Amino acid sequence: MSATRQRPFRRLPYATVALLSAGVLVAGCTSNTPEDSGSAGGGNQAASDNDEAGNTVTIGFSAPAADHGWMAGITEAARAEAENYEDVELVVAEGTNDVSTQISQVETFINDGVDAIVLLPFDGAAMTPVAIQAMEAGIPVINVDREFDSPFAARTTILGDNYGMGVSAGTYICEQLGDQPDAVVAEIAGIDSLPLTQDRSQGFADALSECGLDVDNRVAADFTVEGGEEAASNLLQAAPQIDALWNHDDDQGVGVLAAIESAGRDEFIMVGGAGSANAMRAIQEGNSVLQATVIYPHTQAADGIRLARLVAQDKALSDLTEVEVPRQIVLNAPVVTTDNVDQYIDNAFES
Amino acid sequence: MSEQGTSAQGTSQGSTVLTTGTGKEQARGHAGGFLAGPVGRNLGLVLALVILCVVGIATAGDRFADVDNVLTILRLASVIGVVSVGMTFVIIGGGIDLSVGALVALASVWATTLATQQMAEDVHWIVMVFTALVVGGVAGLVNGVVIAYGRLAAFIATLAMLAAARGLAEIIANRRTQIVRDRDFLSFFSGDVLGVPTLVIIFALVAVAGWVLLNRTTFGRRTFAVGGNAEAARLAGIRVQRHTVKLYVLSGICCGIAAVMLMARTTTGSSTHGTLYELDAIAAVVIGGTLLIGGRGTIVGTVLGVLIFTTLGNVFTLNNLSSSAQAVARGVIIILAVLLQQRVATGGFSFRRPGSGSSSGGPALPGSPSGAVSGGTTAAGGPGGARPAATGKTL
Repeated sequence: MSATRQRPFRRLPYATVALLSAGVLVAGCTSNTPEDSGSAGGGNQAASDNDEAGNTVTIGFSAPAADHGWMAGITEAARAEAENYEDVELVVAEGTNDVSTQISQVETFINDGVDAIVLLPFDGAAMTPVAIQAMEAGIPVINVDREFDSPFAARTTILGDNYGMGVSAGTYICEQLGDQPDAVVAEIAGIDSLPLTQDRSQGFADALSECGLDVDNRVAADFTVEGGEEAASNLLQAAPQIDALWNHDDDQGVGVLAAIESAGRDEFIMVGGAGSANAMRAIQEGNSVLQATVIYPHTQAADGIRLARLVAQDKALSDLTEVEVPRQIVLNAPVVTTDNVDQYIDNAFES
Repeated sequence: MSEQGTSAQGTSQGSTVLTTGTGKEQARGHAGGFLAGPVGRNLGLVLALVILCVVGIATAGDRFADVDNVLTILRLASVIGVVSVGMTFVIIGGGIDLSVGALVALASVWATTLATQQMAEDVHWIVMVFTALVVGGVAGLVNGVVIAYGRLAAFIATLAMLAAARGLAEIIANRRTQIVRDRDFLSFFSGDVLGVPTLVIIFALVAVAGWVLLNRTTFGRRTFAVGGNAEAARLAGIRVQRHTVKLYVLSGICCGIAAVMLMARTTTGSSTHGTLYELDAIAAVVIGGTLLIGGRGTIVGTVLGVLIFTTLGNVFTLNNLSSSAQAVARGVIIILAVLLQQRVATGGFSFRRPGSGSSSGGPALPGSPSGAVSGGTTAAGGPGGARPAATGKTL
């Protein structure tokens, strides 16, 4: 889904900073209590005259190919956000998973002299040099989701919190299972070789250990429905009795739920990840094992567009006292349950 | 074909794919024991599967031997199994079909569009099945025509189809996961008959039908002949081009069936379905003893190949091992199964004569001239046949 660069030595403090800064941004929000996210979905008005039209700015946008529900949601949300502003002219490059193609897209943006670039790199490290090139040409780069290697490559970085997702899921499961040290917890991960998957799993394990639990059975799938079904089928055989299951991704979750239904199992609670509309509808209906999902905002590129506009127009984030847009914004990973699903479902992406 | 196994030609890697059991193959030709021939021929595979099961029982005990678990393995094997049966025909016929995964995706997407589902709701869910089969069959037809009459290499033609079909699937589905809403469809295909899941029954039916088609019909004999030596087959009166088209249509229809099964398994149609099926199917077919250059192969071997890979995944998950370790084991198993196969069936002769014709990888392929000299007797009669090196692949 996305590959945030992994920096293990900074992971823990980084996650703490992440949660704190998200807390600052989102009024009245504690780390795992889902509140209305200040950055979600274009519904929020600026507290100042920031939303009023200023100089027209041209923003170049490039992201990986939309081969997955979440990634498709990213580009759609970015387009929709740009529509909301009459002073934003969005140039969207065709989504690509080829690094050299994406580099040439950014080079084109530089040559065209756009006012800002919003970039969700396929590979953060590989896109760093061309991002630096853009910055040196005086074009602010807004880095979304997958971080660059160098602090000189982006004016502002906005990213989801993979480690925090794991923490949210683990904390929720701890709350639900209460005081059962023998409870069996299972995990269905995404693509295991991606740093983001490792971050999520680490957060999950760390949060579980807070209440004396650990992951008893873990399998990895591949973010597809089919992979999820296969992994879950085998997992259910491996663990005849489960108390809680965390599935990293709601796209593959459709397959996981199919496998669970086919095996006729319902003795456990399941928590999803990413926050697709499918998953939220299932939570709303409440007749499956899926009780909650952890959001990994698909609106972060949309926020990237907003930030790019503010930077290009020399405006600041109006809810902060700072004169400048912050360097880095890490989004919260709230848990969605039946209690608050209505708040999020309109904003969810269709997988 | 018999000369390759019995004479000293089968000495280097090129011929190891299956230098086994050629005598038995002939015996099977007339005696026709469903089990005796294939099992003897596939002893190495059976052994590998047994070892895997022993490991499974030793490490996971009751959980592995559990009936539910065995049925889970079979259920997971069924989709890729059906694809592999189709692939076996294509490969025996001297071709290759890289587009199977993409065709599964395309058929599943096409059969789950709102329009199709609406029609299925108005008429019967069989509409969805029909759609998937037609989409698979037509795509296979395109493959076949391009290869047979357009004279494109099968590798390139199906590679193009791989790209195009998945792209089309993405366009149709708009990269969304399409949920199957028809409960009757789902309950029929995810149900079971006397405890055996419908998917497994479909797989069994397809495998048996494939076996009969390959071993008991003119169509099967022609497949061997075309794959063994297209020129000889043509001279023997087989319409090679038309037969080639049929093989790809068959593979396409198998993809359609697999798409229906996958729709039932996952309750969705999606352009991500069937990812890398082409490689899984080719791996299963090849460790099943089918020659990649055509002319020889068995359905039983393919089925065993599929079961080995699926069981492997299951054993690894039961033991809570990572998918990376599983990938390594997969590679090792491909090599071991092929080696075992050859050792068991030939009494371990393969290293006795490393001298002749093994200096480079190429010469000892069954396409080598020495194989062609004595093999030209039965062109259409069975899996034998001369194979002048150049003609075998140019169907």
